[in-house]
Amino acid sequence: MSETNYKPTSSFGKWFDERLPLLTLFNGHLMQYPTPKNLNYWWTFGGILTFCLMTQIITGIVLAMHYTAHADMAFSSVEHIMRDVNYGWLIRYIHANGASMFFLAVYIHIFRALFYGSYKSPREVIWILGIFIYILMMAAAFMGYVLPWGQMSFWGATVITNLFSAIPLVGESITQWLWGGYSVDNPTLTRFFSLHYLIPFLILGLVVLHIWALHVPGNNNPVGIDLKKDGSDTVPFHPYIVIKDLFALVIFMIIFAGFVFYAPNVLGHSDNYIPADPLITPAHIVPEWYLLPFYAILRSVPDKLGGVILMFSAILILAALPWLDTSKVRSAVFRPIYKQFFWILVLDVLILGYIGAMPAEGAYVAIGRVATVYYFAHFLIIMPVLGFVEKTKPVPLSIADPIISGSGNLAAAKKDKNLN
Amino acid sequence: MKKFFITIFFSFICFNLYAAGDAAKPLKVDWSFNGLFGKFDRSQLQRGFQVYKEVCASCHSMQYLSYRNLGEKGGPEFSDAEVKAIAAGYQIKDGPNEEGEMFERAGLPKDKFKSPYPNEKAARAVNGGAYPPDMSVLVKARAGGANYIYSILMGYDENPPANLKLEDGVYYNKYMPGNKIKMAKPLNEGSVEYADGTKATVSQMSKDVTAFLTWSAEPHLEKRKRIGFKTIVYLLIFSILVFFSMKKIWSRIETKV
Repeated sequence: MSETNYKPTSSFGKWFDERLPLLTLFNGHLMQYPTPKNLNYWWTFGGILTFCLMTQIITGIVLAMHYTAHADMAFSSVEHIMRDVNYGWLIRYIHANGASMFFLAVYIHIFRALFYGSYKSPREVIWILGIFIYILMMAAAFMGYVLPWGQMSFWGATVITNLFSAIPLVGESITQWLWGGYSVDNPTLTRFFSLHYLIPFLILGLVVLHIWALHVPGNNNPVGIDLKKDGSDTVPFHPYIVIKDLFALVIFMIIFAGFVFYAPNVLGHSDNYIPADPLITPAHIVPEWYLLPFYAILRSVPDKLGGVILMFSAILILAALPWLDTSKVRSAVFRPIYKQFFWILVLDVLILGYIGAMPAEGAYVAIGRVATVYYFAHFLIIMPVLGFVEKTKPVPLSIADPIISGSGNLAAAKKDKNLN
Repeated sequence: MKKFFITIFFSFICFNLYAAGDAAKPLKVDWSFNGLFGKFDRSQLQRGFQVYKEVCASCHSMQYLSYRNLGEKGGPEFSDAEVKAIAAGYQIKDGPNEEGEMFERAGLPKDKFKSPYPNEKAARAVNGGAYPPDMSVLVKARAGGANYIYSILMGYDENPPANLKLEDGVYYNKYMPGNKIKMAKPLNEGSVEYADGTKATVSQMSKDVTAFLTWSAEPHLEKRKRIGFKTIVYLLIFSILVFFSMKKIWSRIETKV
């Protein structure tokens, strides 16, 4: 971020800004912030995700005013919201589908980073903060799904909390500590409600750090090269990126509204409209769609502890990606082989998601295992090796200047530039 | 390539699990509440309530509904006088009064639907261990929704396959997972007598009560679809305005590139 020469126009603005330079901060980071002019629509999901977070927080605060966190009353308080609270059905459907839309957006955001190499130096910290946000999102979504205290809430909570019992020696104590008793019950529900209210604000804090870290090196871009220092490659964030983000957001909202108004329950499970019953286990306990790939990885290992370790590794391995990827070129546009592997990874994750939704039997288990092995192979073998063996395409010298250097990678491209 | 994956992704998230087991595929009904502008048929909901009241209510509770809901907009829309009369037909336990006694009084529109059993245990005792589920949100609590509920009601007529062994108090149902159900065939030709002259066939009564249960599970369905259409039209127009604003703003620099 370069220094701005911003001065507030009003005398009150000047007086205030000298004492707390909030206006300068906003002007620098939300208006003048130089953004690559070649960003495509895959880059609009950062703004969309901010919208999703704020939507979840606002609708969530309203829902909490009407919800009762008690095992005997939670289900009927949700029905109270759906029937008697003014527009309660709308607020709840926005919140429930909002979680799905949030994950849809975050998956696009993550895969965009994977495609264009946005996690690579100097943006490792942005990437790792993003993974923390993603993990907190999953925790918040899982606990939120428990709150209506339907059958899937209860049994989902039972399955997931039971994972911790796989930890040797202390597993059982940890599980009972999480439950606040000897099974999932009222104490579990009340603490999940408390944490479900807390986590979004932790996410909000991490989002501020995520954006702060982003504004140090600036955005990556589809070409994946560093920007020229003279600013010819960039446009100010406002109005150029703001209006483009807004356009993408409105399109996103149309899809969002389609779910909320015309298919509010397709993404949920019908069993969650049956009140929780500790004595009746549903035929298939499945998590929400956005957790299915990890559920498939968990179930692909016959050993419980092994499955739990593998599932957490599947998320945490992403944090090591900046160092596992040895390629000097960021964007997959110039990496013909990586590009193929990228789409195979997308397919692999979709297969894992499908397997996660199916019963763990027969061919599904075998397919799930192959897909799990491939998932890890992508990060542990393909990414490190590819950097050495792949012949990348010539990378342009700048965004504004479409001259392509004759050399094979970014380092060489830079060298050429110095020679010129 | 990209488009292909996006299509797969969307069809994947829209994919709805239907664990049918050995049950037949549910019947499909062209419900009046389906579609973009779906609305309930008032007289169908009123007939459906009659079926619930005279048949289902002897075993199934609807604890999240109040009698006043029957007169609310978007529902059966009984008149105020009718709602009061319906509610007054029930004796509701109230109290304690100033002497500390519980007492019975005639129902009022504000009262919740009276349950057929005082508690779940009593319901199980009378029904051979099975608990007739509360029907307030039943349509949303079953994969397949209204079509599934309608199919169950229509699934009794065929003779069970020879190899299927039915225990005492268990009945064959074509559409039930496992083909076994603990509810005896609830509706028979002429089980109710419709005031509006509609012929009370099993199919007609099944449709009517299913529509009623769909409303009870989603009482704001009509309003939801109405607001949804306006919202999406608004967003579409807004997106066009934003699109042209964006083109205009970006035209300032496009030439410099």
